[in-house]
Amino acid sequence: MYVYADNAATTAMSQLAIDAMLPYMNKVYGNPSSLHSVGQEAKEALEAARETVAQCLGAQSREITFTSGGSEADNQAIISAARFGARKNKKHIISTAFEHHAVLHTLQKLEKEGFEVTYLDVSRGHNITAQQVKDAIRPDTCLVTVMYANNEIGSILPITEIGAVCKEAGVIFHTDAVQAVGHLHINVKEQNIDMLSLSGHKFHGPKGVGALYCRRGLPLVNVIEGGAQERGKRAGTENIAAICSMAAALKDACDHIDENMPRVAAMRDRLIQGLSQIPHSALNGDAHNRLPGNVSFCFEGIEGEALLLLLDMKGVCASSGSACTSGSLDPSHVLLAIGRVHDVAHGSLRLSLSEYNTEEEVDHILKVVPEVVQYLRNMSPVWRDLQTGKREYIL
Amino acid sequence: MALYSEKVMDHFMHPRNVGTIEDASGVGEVGNAKCGDIMKIYLKIENDIIEDVKFETFGCGSAIASSSMATEMIMGKSIHEALELTNKAVAEALDGLPAHKMHCSVLAEEAIKNALKDYFDKNNIPYDKSRFKEIDHDELHEQVHGDD
Repeated sequence: MYVYADNAATTAMSQLAIDAMLPYMNKVYGNPSSLHSVGQEAKEALEAARETVAQCLGAQSREITFTSGGSEADNQAIISAARFGARKNKKHIISTAFEHHAVLHTLQKLEKEGFEVTYLDVSRGHNITAQQVKDAIRPDTCLVTVMYANNEIGSILPITEIGAVCKEAGVIFHTDAVQAVGHLHINVKEQNIDMLSLSGHKFHGPKGVGALYCRRGLPLVNVIEGGAQERGKRAGTENIAAICSMAAALKDACDHIDENMPRVAAMRDRLIQGLSQIPHSALNGDAHNRLPGNVSFCFEGIEGEALLLLLDMKGVCASSGSACTSGSLDPSHVLLAIGRVHDVAHGSLRLSLSEYNTEEEVDHILKVVPEVVQYLRNMSPVWRDLQTGKREYIL
Repeated sequence: MALYSEKVMDHFMHPRNVGTIEDASGVGEVGNAKCGDIMKIYLKIENDIIEDVKFETFGCGSAIASSSMATEMIMGKSIHEALELTNKAVAEALDGLPAHKMHCSVLAEEAIKNALKDYFDKNNIPYDKSRFKEIDHDELHEQVHGDD
């Protein structure tokens, strides 16, 4: 059996998304900037896609800028808000300790330029509260950027409440919603979101395309300079095929949230229930406010890369926050931020589901994960020390 | 391209000599849980010959494969031959390791040296101390990983 349980990394494209893409490869292949009919036909498709994406978010179409993906959207949103703030001498930004690197590294760049960033603590409940945001806002705060939902541990942040806090304080609010869009109901106007990043390939759309919603009136700064595409805010000939495909996938996802997500969440809950039976394990992330497809655990006494390789051999594609899988010295900054110590953070496993997964696949995962964990524990000197009392259990 | 060579995968999937030796002549443990890899080697030595060797490893695929290969390479050998085992030889026997995984083979070499040192110490056998440098694992990681 082959089980793809790494949908937070990327998803399979839907047939609908593939079909939506094809006409723009060799039929309507014009450049939207061209004046001739083939170009104008492409332009119409581009604007229809923009309208679709806008509707899915509760935005206006002119507030949508297409990008190369979530990372570019995050970069552009944060840089734009920072430049806007700096003009008024506001150089303080609020974020969280478990943001995606597309956000964290952009913030670090700004710190080098003299911005000050407050990273909110996420160790309590593996989440933040709107009160934490409120308490961190200062007169010189120009931006609050917090993710809608965490990619590794699945916590859904209190975005509506944070939006209200930011609106009241008059601070720009950006959210990296890459993991949430298409899976949760989002309305940027009702939730007082000023900027939002999304990525096409997390909801069965194509890779290499995303979008940035930016509330009308907020000035965007170019990350890519060149031609006047995207109202002059993002140069480069538009990736029409990918944009139209993403729009179709997004509409399909949003139209079926109420139908798909409860089923995905039920599978998630069965996995969490089952894997919790493994002794000396712990669920990562907010147990209540949680992405429908996210299952994240730490298993004491083993290392994540070995776990992934063995699971792969047994047909399960998953991911881990261990140092060995990241190619760096430290395990995932997300796991460290929620308070997992290095020793157990190395033994993490993330399974992320989509509506393409089945109950039979969940059965298979529930059968093989405990086997593999036990197999690795049996050859682990750490596990032996834990069992013989030479080392104290952390989980 | 696959992450690891077939040899690495073979030794990872079917590790040789996993376990412990109750009355081991020497035991060596290197690494720490914070770094995400610990190797423990048990040696049974008779007449300067390694009659049996077992290992336990907490770590990634290449750490498990490196320990397995290293135990296979010293089984039945004299302690002098075992002392000559280098991390490079372990890595080569595995048909190579990715650059950022070379420290796994270093751990295997050090774990065996550590077990031999334990044997020498227990039996008051004189040895060249300069060959058994204390290893700082954070430093080892830094050296092997560099700035990646």
